[in-house]
Amino acid sequence: MTSKNKWLSAPYLLWSVVFIIIPLCMIFYYGLTDKTGAFTLDNITAIATMEHAKALRLSILLSLVSTLICFLLAYPLAMILANMKVGQHSFIILIFILPMWMNFLLRTLAWQTLLEKSGVINSILSFFHLPNMNIINTPYAIVLGMVYNFLPFMVLPLYNVLSKMDENVINAAHDLGANGIHTFFRIILPLSVPGIISGITMVFVPALTTFVISTLLGGSKILLIGNIIEQEFTQTSNWNLGSGLSVVLMIFIILNMIISAVFDKDGEGSML
Amino acid sequence: MSKELIHLSNISKSFDGQMVLDELNLKIHENEFVTLLGPSGCGKTTTLRILGGFTTPDTGNVFFDGQDITNMPPNKRALNTVFQKYALFTHMTIAENIAFGLKIKKKSKQYINDKIKYALKLVNLDGYENRMPDSLSGGQQQRIAIARAIVNEPKVLLLDEPLGALDLKLRQEMQYELIRMKNELGITFVYVTHDQEEALTMSDTIVVMNQGYIQQIGTPESIYNEPENAFVADFIGDSNIIPAIMIEDKLVNILDTRFACVDTGFGHNKPVDVVIRPEDVELTDPSEGILQGVVTHLIFKGVHYEMEVMANGFEWLVHSTTMFPVGQKVGIKVDPFNIQIMNKPESEDEEAVAIDI
Repeated sequence: MTSKNKWLSAPYLLWSVVFIIIPLCMIFYYGLTDKTGAFTLDNITAIATMEHAKALRLSILLSLVSTLICFLLAYPLAMILANMKVGQHSFIILIFILPMWMNFLLRTLAWQTLLEKSGVINSILSFFHLPNMNIINTPYAIVLGMVYNFLPFMVLPLYNVLSKMDENVINAAHDLGANGIHTFFRIILPLSVPGIISGITMVFVPALTTFVISTLLGGSKILLIGNIIEQEFTQTSNWNLGSGLSVVLMIFIILNMIISAVFDKDGEGSML
Repeated sequence: MSKELIHLSNISKSFDGQMVLDELNLKIHENEFVTLLGPSGCGKTTTLRILGGFTTPDTGNVFFDGQDITNMPPNKRALNTVFQKYALFTHMTIAENIAFGLKIKKKSKQYINDKIKYALKLVNLDGYENRMPDSLSGGQQQRIAIARAIVNEPKVLLLDEPLGALDLKLRQEMQYELIRMKNELGITFVYVTHDQEEALTMSDTIVVMNQGYIQQIGTPESIYNEPENAFVADFIGDSNIIPAIMIEDKLVNILDTRFACVDTGFGHNKPVDVVIRPEDVELTDPSEGILQGVVTHLIFKGVHYEMEVMANGFEWLVHSTTMFPVGQKVGIKVDPFNIQIMNKPESEDEEAVAIDI
C-alpha cells in the first residue's frame, strides 16, 4: 500500500483500538486487580477453587469429546465430498452449511424443544411405545448441541484440504504397492493435518467458551467455565473475578492457536 | 526382437460418451523403449493409465507376461509409474519417499538403505536423503520420482510426460539421463509425450496416436522417413504434403510434373499423397531443376535457412544451408529416394483423423 492510501486503514485501526485493544486491556486490568483497584493475583488463582476447577475440567472434557465426535463424523463426509464431481457436491455442502445461516440461539433453542421431557422426540417415541430419551439437562445434551452447532466448522477445512490433494499422489501410493488402508494412514491422513488442526481449533475454541449451549441444554445444573464467567458478570457483578477467569481461559485458547499456527502453515483454515 | 511382455488387446475406452480409445492393439517387448506420441486428447495418457491400472478399459484385455491383468489393482502390478507432476509425498524426506514401496514389501533395513543409496546414485543426487521434496528443483524432484519407482525393480517403468514441466535445456539433459538409466537397468520403458523431438531422441519404437487410433508403429527412422499417412508426416517434423498421381511403379506425377521415385505397388494412375521433407528439397539454377519456382520467404534459423518457394501453385518448404534471396527464380530437384508415397485416406474416419491436427 502506498503512503498516500494509508488513511484508508484509519477506520479499521480505530475499530480495533476501540473494540478489541481497549476491551482486552480492561479485562487484564480487572483480572489483575481487586474491587479497591489494588493489584492482586487472587482472581487468576481462583481457578484452583473446587467449583471453578471442576467447571474448567468439565468444559475441557466436553469440548474434547465434541471435537472428537465432529472429527469422526466430518472426515468421512469430507472425503466423500472431495471425491465427488463438481456440481454434485455443492448441493451436499449447501445442506451442511444451511443451518449455519440460521441464528445460533434459535438452533440451540430448537434442540431444547426437541429434547425436552415432553418434547417432540419423546412424543414420537411414546407414540410408538418406545422408551423415552432423557438426555436434556445432562452433559450428553450439551455435547449433542456442540456437535450440531460446530460440525460445519470441521467439515469445511477438511473438505478444503482433501479436495486440493493431488489425485496422482494417491495413485502413486497405490502404484508403489500400498493398499487402501495403508494409503489412508501413510499418505492421505498426514497430508490433511493442516485441515485437521484448523478444524479442531474451530470446533474446540468456541466449544470451550460457550455458555449458551450449556445454559439451554444443560439446565442450570451443569456449569461450564463459560457459565461461571457469565454469572460473575451478570449475577454476582464481580467483574474482577470474571475477568480473571477469562484471562485463564484465554491462555488455553492461545495455546490452541499456537499449536494450530505451527501446523497450519498454508492457511488451510483461512477459508472461513 | 526380444520377448513380448505386454499385449494390449482390442482396448476401447470412452469417457462420458466420448470415445478415447477405439479397438487399440499394441505389443510391447522386453527391454524396449516405447514412446506413445500424439497431440493432447489422442488417448496416449489413457493407454498409460490402463497399463498402470488407474483406469479400467470398457472392453478388451491387458496381458502382462502372458497373464491377464485387466482387472488387477495397481498395487499388485509389477510395473511402476512416474507421474507428470512428480507426485512426491511432500510430508516425507527423500529417503522416506524412496523407501515407501520397499517398506510395504517388508524389506530389511539394510536392503532399503542400500537401495536408497543405489537409486540416488543412479539419478545423480547422492547425499539428498534427508532433504524435503519442496526444497528441490523441478528437475531434481523428477529424478526422485524416478528413483522412487525404480527401487521396486519393476519390469516396466511407465512415464507420463515426465519432462513436460522442465525448461528446454534441462529437458534435453534428462533425455540423455533417461536413455542411460534405461540401459543401466535393462527394463522396459513406456513413455508418453507430445514432443516429437523427445520421441525421436529416446525411443526404440514410436507409437504415433491420434483420436484414439494408432497411426503408425515403427522405429524413429521409419516414422520420420516413411510416414504412413499425412497425419504422421505432419506431426513428426516439417514436411511438404502434396496430392499427386502415381502413374506407374517408380513414377509419380506431382503438380503436373513427372518425378522419379522408388516406391512400387500402388497401381496405375492412382491418387496418392507424397511427403517430401524440407531438407530433401534441393534448390538449383532454374535450368537444372525439374520444377521452376520463385523464392517467396526467407528466414535464417541458425543451422539452416528456411525458405518458401512458389512452384506450380504449391508453396514448397525448403531447408538449405545455401541462401537464395526472396524473388530469385530457382529450380527444384528431389532425389527419387526422398519422395515418400502414401495412400490417400480411405474411410471418412481416417480422413477426420488426418485433417484434425
